Amino acid sequence: MIVYRYIAEALFYAFMILTFMGAFMAVRSQMLMHAVVGLAVSLLGIAGLYFHLGSTFLAVMQVLIYVGAVCIMIAMGVMLGNTPRQIAEKNLKGRNVLLAIGSCSAVFISLFVVLAQTGFAPAAERIGDMSISFVGENLLLQYCLAFELISVILLTAIIGSIILGRGGRDGAVK
Amino acid sequence: MIISDNLNTYLIIAAILLVIGLYGMIQHRSLIGMLISSEFLMNGAALNFMAFNTFTAPNPAVGQIYTLFIMGLAAAEAAIAVSIIIVVYRRFRDEDPAIVQDMKH
Repeated sequence: MIVYRYIAEALFYAFMILTFMGAFMAVRSQMLMHAVVGLAVSLLGIAGLYFHLGSTFLAVMQVLIYVGAVCIMIAMGVMLGNTPRQIAEKNLKGRNVLLAIGSCSAVFISLFVVLAQTGFAPAAERIGDMSISFVGENLLLQYCLAFELISVILLTAIIGSIILGRGGRDGAVK
Repeated sequence: MIISDNLNTYLIIAAILLVIGLYGMIQHRSLIGMLISSEFLMNGAALNFMAFNTFTAPNPAVGQIYTLFIMGLAAAEAAIAVSIIIVVYRRFRDEDPAIVQDMKH
């Protein structure tokens, strides 16, 4: 039994490394297409982390929505926009990279200090479980309004992007 | 060492994702690169929600629902952003935010 535990732990480390490597690839790559691939890899790793957190449903949703839809859409944007081979000379260089890394690590250190000084106590009693049926029950009873608002927002986004992208290849938006 | 059932592990991973997204926003000089980095910011937030949902929340469905909402909002945001970027590229022939700073001539 303990063997499965260590296998799961090894998988956790693998997903963590996948997440970080993909994120570094997305941030530091010279070509935008590589950045999109890095984003997809990193999102797959995060799906594995959701699996470890006990929610199979969200892991599947992460793969479906993020890796399947958002990454493909961004890849389409890369291909329709500038040429894929680009950006190399436009990235930050030298002192500016150091400044960016310094400011970002300052943010991380402040977050880490807050995290280290805070104790999070688990809830005294838990209702329900992590199952899909309980999620669906909550989604349609208590969070019904937010659920409907999300669908309206998605509809608005679809209509808005169709209207924005409708103009011809060389023309402005009609 | 077993670290996968510890709340702080996930919070630190989420913080690192947030910082990577922030660095990407500074580093990338194209609108698509900034959009990709904003996905990391959103995923850090979503991972935070899920971590607290698993380890501390009294109702373990709430965090999953919020993470679903974040995914939906990110999809909507990406759709709008990609179409805006395509329109911007059609008009300016470039995606450098430094060039595309005047909105109306």
